[in-house]
Amino acid sequence: MGLDIKIPIGLMFGILGVILTIHGIVTGGNTEMYEQSLGYNINLWSGLFMIAFGGFMLLTSTLVRKRPKK
Amino acid sequence: MENTFLLGTIDWVIILIYFVFVLGIGWALKKYMKDATAFLEAGRSLPAWVTGLAFISANLGALEVIGMAASGAKYGMMTVHFYWIGAIPAMIFLAIFMMPFYYGSKARSVPEYLKLRFDEKTRGFNAFAFAIMTVFSSGISMYALALLAQVILPLKIDWNILGLSIGEFDFYLVISAMIVLVYMVLGGLTSAIYNEVLQFFLIVIGFAPLVFIGLSDIGGWEGLKANLSENMLHTWKITGSPEDNLVGVEWFGVLMGLGFVLSFGYWCTNFLVVQRAMAAGSMSAARKTPLIGALPKMVLPALVIIPGMIALALSNMDLLDLPLKEGTMETDYDKVIPVLLLRYMPVGVLGLGLTALMASFMSGMAGNVSAFNTVFTYDIYQSYINPNQSDHHYLRVGRWTTVVGVLVSIMTAYVARSFNNVMDFLQLIFAFVNAPLFAAFLLGMFWKRTTGHAAFWGLIGGTIAAAFSHGLSLPAGASVGVKGGYFGVIHTYPSEMAQNWWTAIFAFSTALVITFVITMLTKRTKTDQELKGLVYSLTPRVQDDSRYWYQKPEFLAVIVAVIAIVLSIIYW
Repeated sequence: MGLDIKIPIGLMFGILGVILTIHGIVTGGNTEMYEQSLGYNINLWSGLFMIAFGGFMLLTSTLVRKRPKK
Repeated sequence: MENTFLLGTIDWVIILIYFVFVLGIGWALKKYMKDATAFLEAGRSLPAWVTGLAFISANLGALEVIGMAASGAKYGMMTVHFYWIGAIPAMIFLAIFMMPFYYGSKARSVPEYLKLRFDEKTRGFNAFAFAIMTVFSSGISMYALALLAQVILPLKIDWNILGLSIGEFDFYLVISAMIVLVYMVLGGLTSAIYNEVLQFFLIVIGFAPLVFIGLSDIGGWEGLKANLSENMLHTWKITGSPEDNLVGVEWFGVLMGLGFVLSFGYWCTNFLVVQRAMAAGSMSAARKTPLIGALPKMVLPALVIIPGMIALALSNMDLLDLPLKEGTMETDYDKVIPVLLLRYMPVGVLGLGLTALMASFMSGMAGNVSAFNTVFTYDIYQSYINPNQSDHHYLRVGRWTTVVGVLVSIMTAYVARSFNNVMDFLQLIFAFVNAPLFAAFLLGMFWKRTTGHAAFWGLIGGTIAAAFSHGLSLPAGASVGVKGGYFGVIHTYPSEMAQNWWTAIFAFSTALVITFVITMLTKRTKTDQELKGLVYSLTPRVQDDSRYWYQKPEFLAVIVAVIAIVLSIIYW
């Protein structure tokens, strides 16, 4: 199929990752909110991981790598 | 509802973004859907890692996530038998021995393989049984999704449209069904598979924080062990006799019932999963599909079973009240995942976890609809209703079948809501039909003499044997009815799982014996030439086109087997 699935996966996790990271930074001072997750800023960490994962998907997709010509 | 999550704007945004991408994938695929092969078989063009992840993801949908967490809380570590012994050997067998026939024979579906190998009636029986089963499974999945959404998404609805009163349940049911309908009509099987891959990553990334925080809270793996009873912490050590474990089965039942009959019957013959492998771009990719799927499959218990065990440990430590079924004192294990999400996830990752949960239900639905499409269009419509039409005609039929499949699923969801027993009863009948199927495949693929009459009557006989074995037994504590005993109770099993596994063993053995005996009594109808590519001894060994030895399916199979064995020893 002509669509490389890595592109939507990379984009979606990239966007969600950025949202969660910003959300994590903004709410970082709110200790009450993160008491629930034992003090871990779980939004920030999940967000950063998702940016890394999304970035990896995009970098290895056909957007960046040229498709080998048959 | 008191269980309702407090969702922030950010959670809603995450859920919406997911929906946009799901529909976007369908829309982007639309222009490639030029013929029936593209729509119903994904053009046989996908890379192995995509079909491999879809292979396990199609099964990870539906009630799997919820059900496995519930089993984790009820039975503990023994639940991993559904993964290690109950999936890995069958996936290896499918990849190494069976895939060459499925992929190489150019059959477009499992029923079509049965026609090529045996005869028309065997195909017809399988096609109709499978088509009915998939629409109903998809309906049950939708019902579960609507029920869950109703509980966790705070959106009160009380509309009156044309005299129909629309509540939350109806709203969530119709919205999720419409999303699935749109992306399936647009992109067909490819759309379903791509979304399954997306869903796989969502589940892993959405549940990992939950498991991490939950484990930290109870003091890691050691803390988990300290707060659960000994018989919840082992896989094989406690299977010396049925009394030693909570499932009530000894090692032979686990090995034969779950590890052989049920697992091979499901992973090797169920078109829902086999279809993913058949969509791969080459024989080598098709054979690697189950093996690539097996790698994450082996570690999935950490994400779906451990949360259940964490919930039970917390309850043992008096830190958590397990939810009860409405109006009873019985624990509702199906709610442990939502309860843990609510407990540990702050706004933000909460939305992510919920999206993962919804994604798993939607793809469970879509997986069933995509398998239904292919079987209905090729094995029922093209074979019995309207053969010899143009390819374009079958593409259109495929699209309309999607619409009809989703609509019937919605109806089924309402049936499931009003008559819970009807659903239990139907699932029971499907179990009866499925159990003997692997016997027909095993004999058919490895013994060229096996005849069509033998396979057909083996299937019928095995189904009847399953019904009898089930009807003459009852799990402890259950009453006569859909749980068994309707022909009189001559045996009581310690648990429903034990009953299921032994029923499967009886059905399989009966089918095997009947197929063997009738084969000996009937004349062969297919010549060696006709069976070429369909039977092991008459098919030239596949030459794998991988460049290096470490890319070959056989090497991957050894790696998978070694990891499964090492894991089983560690968690003995």
